[in-house]
Amino acid sequence: MHISNTMSELLKKGANIFFNKRSHLVTIKSFLLIVFLFNSFISFAKEIVISPGEDAQERLQEALILMNEGDTLIIKSGYYSFEDGLSLDVNNVTVIGEGMEETVLDFKNQQSGAQGFLVTSDMVTLQDFSILDAKGDALKVIGSKGINMINLKTEWTGGPKSTNGAYGFYPVESEDVLIDGCVAIGASDAGIYVGQSKNIIVRNSIAQYNVAGIEIENSYFADVYNNLASHNTGGILIFDLPDLPQQGGHHIRVFDNKSIDNDTDNFAPEGNIVGEVPRGTGIIIMANSDVEVFNNLISGNGTVNLSIVSYGDETDDPNYYPHPKRIQVHNNTYGPSGFDPDIQTGELAKSLFEISNGNMPDIFWDGVVPLSQMIFGQPNEEKLIVSEDSEVNFLTISPLKYILGFSNPIRTEKEEFAGTVEPLSPITIDGI
Amino acid sequence: MKEAIKYLFMLFVCINVYAVDEDLIFAEAFPSKLSDFKFFKDSSAQIPHDDVIPYELISTLFSDYSYKQRWVYVPKDKKAEYQENWVFDFPEGSALIKTFYYPVDERNPEMGKNLLETRLLLKKEDGWEAVSYAWNEEQNEAFKKIAGKTINVSWTDFMGEVRDVRYRVPNVNQCKECHAADDKITPIGPKARNINKEYDFNDGEFNQLVYWMNRDIIDDYPLDLISPVDWTDETQNINDRVRSYLDVNCGHCHSPTGNANSTGLYLHLNETRDIHLGVNKKPVATGRGSGGMKYSIVPGKPEESILLHRMISLDPGVMMPESGRALSHTEAVDMVRSWILLMKE
Repeated sequence: MHISNTMSELLKKGANIFFNKRSHLVTIKSFLLIVFLFNSFISFAKEIVISPGEDAQERLQEALILMNEGDTLIIKSGYYSFEDGLSLDVNNVTVIGEGMEETVLDFKNQQSGAQGFLVTSDMVTLQDFSILDAKGDALKVIGSKGINMINLKTEWTGGPKSTNGAYGFYPVESEDVLIDGCVAIGASDAGIYVGQSKNIIVRNSIAQYNVAGIEIENSYFADVYNNLASHNTGGILIFDLPDLPQQGGHHIRVFDNKSIDNDTDNFAPEGNIVGEVPRGTGIIIMANSDVEVFNNLISGNGTVNLSIVSYGDETDDPNYYPHPKRIQVHNNTYGPSGFDPDIQTGELAKSLFEISNGNMPDIFWDGVVPLSQMIFGQPNEEKLIVSEDSEVNFLTISPLKYILGFSNPIRTEKEEFAGTVEPLSPITIDGI
Repeated sequence: MKEAIKYLFMLFVCINVYAVDEDLIFAEAFPSKLSDFKFFKDSSAQIPHDDVIPYELISTLFSDYSYKQRWVYVPKDKKAEYQENWVFDFPEGSALIKTFYYPVDERNPEMGKNLLETRLLLKKEDGWEAVSYAWNEEQNEAFKKIAGKTINVSWTDFMGEVRDVRYRVPNVNQCKECHAADDKITPIGPKARNINKEYDFNDGEFNQLVYWMNRDIIDDYPLDLISPVDWTDETQNINDRVRSYLDVNCGHCHSPTGNANSTGLYLHLNETRDIHLGVNKKPVATGRGSGGMKYSIVPGKPEESILLHRMISLDPGVMMPESGRALSHTEAVDMVRSWILLMKE
């Protein structure tokens, strides 16, 4: 470990000389003030360098604990193998490698720790390294205010397997979350998962061969853009679940993404909500409010390009609203979809296949609203808006007609959903 | 008169020699050696300074069958204040000291101990700080381990079987993983209700709260405390035993203020809602921790309950608690299995 604070040491020595000579008190005081000022400048410039080699695990973990606010920890290029998880709990620091292909943190020999790398502090930047084959989640961030994940990779190298860890990138209960230029491969739940967080930007990233590529869950104010989600089971998921400290997910913009060719069989361990996502899903929006989906390319998804659904299971949570509302879908480009529906997984594909008689749509809304709205209609301001080219196929169900056994409970004309799009405001993070 | 002064002087010197080094408790950096704190008159034998008071908890955290000795130090003329449902509010300069060890042979205490580590919680001006010291092979000194340490150790259990364990001394961050409430470090054990039991002190057997009062390290406490049961006490109601075990083993993270609050699974003693206790509760971000099961607890069906599955597992990506365990706690697993089996559907 190399710490370049020789300047401050010199100044401290200077102060000692003054003390020894018992010089004039005022001089010492003003000198100490100078030392203090210099010290605070210098501490901002401190760099700590870790290189591969013996005891790298202990050296790196010790550096992560002992670094001070303002410091930068550089992990030199090379291969690092760990038996235990790493963790960081110092505010306002940067941990930077020399590239996601160059600085490799490998956890396949991990013996303890529920994740590869755990961050619990604020104002942290992690950049330019990769985390491979963690036993649990790869990178978990809990309760952080200001977390930047830039040009990082998380991967399970054995391909999609149910024994892979759940999440690649896993910020939870955090605020001001940036995921930029990252790559997530092989997670048995979601490659990039943001849960119970606020003020989020996920951009310029790639998620492949995960169950869910990118998932925003129980979160407020998120921009998801310019990402590629391909060869997952489902590309991009915007979910809200009951019985959690933060729920009522809202204000999510999903735009300029490519969610294409999501064709990996669902390999989530049973019991997880994403285990119900059918192979070949482009984007799903479940039980969120104020979601705007636009300018995306959604194509090659064998079940359905875009689904908008309610939370389907029973819940006694009185504070939970299980239906999507104020969802706006416009100006997306749709490629082939519905050509290989995954009727084996969950209920969605099977029901849709039956209801549509095999004519799978590009966009599906399950039409489920509270009972009073089924009878008296939805308030205008809560209605789904679909503003797409005329050739884009749309399908929704009238649950009331369906329950009452009407011969034709489905509607495919999207004209009645062509309201006026009211764009959501962009997300900004200070300093980004 | 002169003799008396001399005697007093000697006494003063002795007290000073053996007094706990309070400055070190407040020091910015932890000293590298445990002995520097002067908590012990005899480190190897773990004989504490007179102001360092031993205590026990009614229900304890499982740490791979290791044994634990606990002591509390409160500075002279200061007192810890009682807090309802929480640990005592200790004054600045206090220390909680906990040594982990295995007896060489559980059947024969005289064969000695294998000291592993001594963990400290030190109450400084800005709050608690945690650090651990690992004992050397000579067992005469423990050294600060910021990044933790792995100790491969074995002991002979009550059945005469040799048990091996990859024992982990936690790093400073791992201390915080459990000892955090609302993002601040906090002790877990010394809640009034959890120390409300008899202890055989050097000067006789007393209730620990009474003893703490007499030693002037606490101010007062309510007499009508509802204490958890000792989970090993089979004469007690199984629900009380399990809740007591889950409280001290899981409740520090799995509570609305703990590190695992995002899961919605709350196992601290005060939780009363079935869904948050895990009954028919779906996992949130469990991943392969679910083991292919759908609910945390399925009444009557322990084999379908994720909670039990994760208590049994030794896989770091599945097991609970996340740290501090490399072995399965068979006795507790059996108890929780019976508890779930007896639950009405």
